[in-house]
Amino acid sequence: MSKRIEAKNLDIYYGKFKAVEDVSMVIEPRAVTAFIGPSGCGKSTFLRSLNRMHEVINGAYVEGELLLDGHDLYGPGVDPVNVRRQIGMVFQRPNPFPTMSIKENVLAGLRLNNKRMPGREQDEVCEKALRGANLWEEVKNRLDLPGSGLSGGQQQRLCIARAIAMAPDVLLMDEPCSALDPISTLAIEDLIQELKANYTIVIVTHNMQQAARVSDSTAFFNIAGTGAPGKLIEMGPTEQIFSTPEKQETENYITGRFG
Amino acid sequence: MSTATAPRQSAQAPVDNPLTAGQLPSWVTIAVGVAALAVSALVFTLLDTGGIALIVVGAVVLFLVVMHIISLAVEGSRRAVDRLAKHVVVTMFLLALLPLISVTWTALSHGINRLDPEFFTYSMRNVVGAGGGAAHAVWGTLIITGIATLISVPIGLLTAVYLAEYGRGALARSITFFVDVMTGIPSIVAGLFAYALFTLVFGPGTINGIAGAVALSVLMIPVVVRSTEELLRIVPNELREASYALGVPKWKTIMRIVIPTAVSGIVAGVILALARIMGETAPLMIAAGFTQSMNTNPFSGQMMTLPVFVFDSYARPGIPREPFWDRAWTGSLTLILIVMLLNLAGRFIAKRFAPKTGRK
Ligand SMILES: Nc1ncnc2c1ncn2[C@@H]1O[C@H](COP(=O)(O)OP(=O)(O)O)[C@@H](O)[C@H]1O
Ligand SMILES: [Mg+2]
Repeated sequence: MSKRIEAKNLDIYYGKFKAVEDVSMVIEPRAVTAFIGPSGCGKSTFLRSLNRMHEVINGAYVEGELLLDGHDLYGPGVDPVNVRRQIGMVFQRPNPFPTMSIKENVLAGLRLNNKRMPGREQDEVCEKALRGANLWEEVKNRLDLPGSGLSGGQQQRLCIARAIAMAPDVLLMDEPCSALDPISTLAIEDLIQELKANYTIVIVTHNMQQAARVSDSTAFFNIAGTGAPGKLIEMGPTEQIFSTPEKQETENYITGRFG
Repeated sequence: MSTATAPRQSAQAPVDNPLTAGQLPSWVTIAVGVAALAVSALVFTLLDTGGIALIVVGAVVLFLVVMHIISLAVEGSRRAVDRLAKHVVVTMFLLALLPLISVTWTALSHGINRLDPEFFTYSMRNVVGAGGGAAHAVWGTLIITGIATLISVPIGLLTAVYLAEYGRGALARSITFFVDVMTGIPSIVAGLFAYALFTLVFGPGTINGIAGAVALSVLMIPVVVRSTEELLRIVPNELREASYALGVPKWKTIMRIVIPTAVSGIVAGVILALARIMGETAPLMIAAGFTQSMNTNPFSGQMMTLPVFVFDSYARPGIPREPFWDRAWTGSLTLILIVMLLNLAGRFIAKRFAPKTGRK
């Protein structure tokens, strides 16, 4: 279920602009990997290239090799739609589908992908995903009400439920708590801890305490200046990155000193 | 000294509150309005240049000026200007409402005479004087605009989807350009186009319901494209990305996420376009023609429509004229009623499908 991702010399472009340069890293399964770094250094860009969401943007493309358990995601003939079915994603701002009820939101991925399943099974999948996202108790009595009627934190957990209902191998999260209050943030951090038993989890965060709290390994990205591409500076076990980083740059960032 | 007594003291001396300012009680507005009307009526009657319009205009001007002066004196300049702006806005609103009320009233008062079952069940076949009806025209309008909608909505919707979701580069730009040009086509040209097209394809003098519907489609398509495109563009990109991230293909994302999110607005746009073409007269006279009898077959024979019926009854009445003119008014009233019903239906549909009503 949980798979390993390996990036080899990945360059990521927006048209002519090279946003991320020469990133090589290994993301281990059944673990939480955090991406940290200053704003604009390409964390989101790199994350979106992991499930081929990057190319949705006009003119955007990727060079290099990206392996999911050894299979090249950017190999010839690979259908990005198939990639995205295996690598789920949660966005910075909660984005439930406004025309759908809570239950329909959870099942959206399956239904829109033509998975036919009997009503009983749908109920089971829905409950399992919502339980997985720690939302079941809060919404079990109003599954048919609109998803947009939930609070921000609940909506974000609904989006997580929607992603894990697809039973992906990997779950990517782009600053999933940045629009949420501290209590909801805590709920999601707890959830991440539970999910890592079954999924490969990658989380982008601006919040270094959060990275330290939830992740097993941490990757630090940085950017030389505006217009320059972002680079992976250093990656390692979270404890080591936060206590004894190898690079001065990482230490400066973590201790709050820049430049 | 104690803090508990402080609020009570200030409550006992409200006069000292530095935040108060002069205020006009609301009856002043009404009194000034009535007075202005009275003065204006008196002046214009004395000058013997009466006429309701003049009196009302005089009263409004008088009211605005007097109110402003009073307010300036009592409330100060900021609130006076505020009041003036509010009164001007309300005046303009009433002004805009005037033609609407007038049209509705005129059509209703003249049209009510013949608003009877016979009007909706009889055609004009073998009718020379009074009696008869516009059943043929009502059916013609419904059939022709119905077909025009069936042609325009798929074409317009898909064009809009192309422009909003796929289009870029020269092709999209040229489509946008031609749609804009089409928006400006005079309706009579659309009629001539349909007539010429059907003459070319089916031989000279092919005038029927379909030709009329094609003429109306030429007018309806650009409106549908424009309104739908705008609505698709305001669907947040996040929803598309959320759908892609679930591994949903693009076409399905458009069909199941983007369009449903915008559907209430799209329906409203279509209804507006429909209401707009329903009153078209010139293109239908050319392309759909004219008849006194019922014809519900759009593929053959000329077909009557309500606007053409109204025009014909008014412009070429028989003798006596009154029954013809009565029928013209009732025809207009019927057209207004149909458009109104369409708008109501549109609202209902829009409500029914609006987002945030997650349904099974
Ligand atoms: N849609 C886009 N088109 C062009 N450039 C973009 C786009 N999105 C991001 N960028 C650029 O790519 C760089 C990395 O951005 P991003 O990945 O969003 O940074 P982060 O998530 O680390 O804050 C920035 O210079 C940003 O301006
Ligand atoms: Mg980002």
